[in-house]
Amino acid sequence: MHTASPSGGALVGLIGFTRALAAAGLPVAPDATAAFVTAVTELDLADPGHLYWAGRATLCHNPDDLARYDLAFESWFGGTVPTHPGLTAESQPKLSHIAALAEAATAGSDEAAPDLQVAADETEVLRHRDIAELTPAERAHLDELIATLRPRPPMRAALRVRPSRRGPVDPRRTLRAMLSAGGEPVRPSHHRKATRPRRVVLLVDVSGSMSPYADALLRFAHVVTRANPSGTEVFSLGTRLTRLSRALRARDPEIALAGAGRAVPDWAGGTRLGETLQAFLDRWGRRGLARGAVVVVFSDGWERGDPSLLAEQMAQLRRLAHAVLWVNPHAGVDGYQPVQSGISAALPHIDRLLAGHSLATLQALLEEVHRA
Amino acid sequence: MRAPAEKVASPEDLARQLDSTGYLADEGLAVSAYLALRMGRPLFCEGEPGTGKTSLAVALAEALDLPLVRLQCHEGIDAAQALYDWDFPRQLLHLRTLEAASAGTLDPDAAERSLYTERFLLTRPLLRALTESPCVLLVDEIDRADDEFEAFLLQLLDENAVTIPELGEIRAAVPPLVVLTSNRTREVHDALKRRCLYLWVDHPDLEREVAILRRRLPGIDETLARQVTRAVHVLREMELLKPPGVAETLDWARALLELDRTVLDAATASATLGAVLKYREDLARVARAGLDRLVAG
Repeated sequence: MHTASPSGGALVGLIGFTRALAAAGLPVAPDATAAFVTAVTELDLADPGHLYWAGRATLCHNPDDLARYDLAFESWFGGTVPTHPGLTAESQPKLSHIAALAEAATAGSDEAAPDLQVAADETEVLRHRDIAELTPAERAHLDELIATLRPRPPMRAALRVRPSRRGPVDPRRTLRAMLSAGGEPVRPSHHRKATRPRRVVLLVDVSGSMSPYADALLRFAHVVTRANPSGTEVFSLGTRLTRLSRALRARDPEIALAGAGRAVPDWAGGTRLGETLQAFLDRWGRRGLARGAVVVVFSDGWERGDPSLLAEQMAQLRRLAHAVLWVNPHAGVDGYQPVQSGISAALPHIDRLLAGHSLATLQALLEEVHRA
Repeated sequence: MRAPAEKVASPEDLARQLDSTGYLADEGLAVSAYLALRMGRPLFCEGEPGTGKTSLAVALAEALDLPLVRLQCHEGIDAAQALYDWDFPRQLLHLRTLEAASAGTLDPDAAERSLYTERFLLTRPLLRALTESPCVLLVDEIDRADDEFEAFLLQLLDENAVTIPELGEIRAAVPPLVVLTSNRTREVHDALKRRCLYLWVDHPDLEREVAILRRRLPGIDETLARQVTRAVHVLREMELLKPPGVAETLDWARALLELDRTVLDAATASATLGAVLKYREDLARVARAGLDRLVAG
């Protein structure tokens, strides 16, 4: 069965294919290339099916990779791929630029912004100002302030126990102590449930009506993600659902935000909260991501779709999550009434409705999340 | 001891052997599993719940005539639950017995040595897989375990060996065939995925699912199998909270057989729908859409 490793031309062809994959947006690590070549030597090269599956098993690591792999395979080796129904064209990432967002944000303040003299009291004032009304200079200052937030994740009881002064008797440590004392009874040791950070899920509405806040909210999401990268998940809502967690894990806020900007195909578009929330629950939430998590929805609740679908999905979410918080930037305005179709549909299924229009309210939100 | 890789000559051969155990493998699955065997790499299976990821490991074990060692992951799983543990109460008892029997002339060194022997070692699945190898090691629902456990597993899979401080190194004579499954409740770390072969398991198409049904339930006749499968495929299209998997199709068909039904009509479907749909909202949605749609055609 063992054939010799592919010689000259064949090897170049295989390695060229991994380059083509990289060009198609599926980077291939050198060890994956090596695994691919090894896999091919184990198989019958004349069978195009074998070649396809060998590459798929060694070069893909994610269902999102599969569509891109199929495309590259088709164009490199020719012929049709034995693809599966249901998983094609699931998500073709479209390039979009965060510039659109910045444009929308500054559209209202064209006149040259006066230089900002930043003093302590100005910072204090800035903390309470509505983000949508800031000048570009104030905005830059706000970005720095957001970076200084120190989120504390909410905690839950873990399965594991840890030594403690009080609590139930720890038989194992007690027995160990007895063992070293030659079997004589000793003072009992105690243990207690350890605590672990609870998962936090942020769902950020990036539709047109939210665009003055989207940049600040994503910066906020980045700060929360950095505080506990493996326990925080961020998604954008709009006309479609996009997972931003990976992009936002980058240490540098600018790199993280640029990555998130590239990932989101629907900046400042419409809002179909119900449908995107459904997509979130189907693909991620019910499988465990939302289970026992603190879920924060950032949205103004303007829903273009069917509000009854949103209500149904929010009820689902409420049953899965530990707590559901809804942050509405407009809720901070005096005389605000939750009458938008979306928010009135969601209201019965959320634990708290919070304002999120200024730094101070975002800080208050962090406290709420920690205590949830 | 023959390495399990020698027992199969080609992916087609492996598919045939799996077929003989009642597991119908498509080409992708057969090639991936074959490569896992030949290259000695773990097979990382992802996919919707109920698409047969776990039963693949069971079928591989049966087809290759190897013991199956199963480790079910859960939140907070640690080395003591997955690898080994010392049986403290028995060690203590043993020590007391020695003490009583020796009447004060107990040699402490010898006593201690006698405590840390395999007699008092509780082997957990991972250690069992290493000592019993060749075998199939199924690490089920790895996405439920924590990151720390993943790192620990990574080390074990890399070296196929583990060191117990009191006993020394335990190395697998032949590396076990490792199958990892994940329901994607969480993204598994890339470092772990990189060492594995990746297999995305999808719902089978209509023909394959009918074949699976007839293979698993010999008593079922073609028309009923086809009817049930078609109904399940309609359900999968319906944007349900939990689309039914192959396991549910099998359950449903089994339920119908228990009731001695030979055709699926609306009344029977309504009475047995609980075998397929496990959410009240889903049941309501199907009832609204009309059960006739399910059993039509």
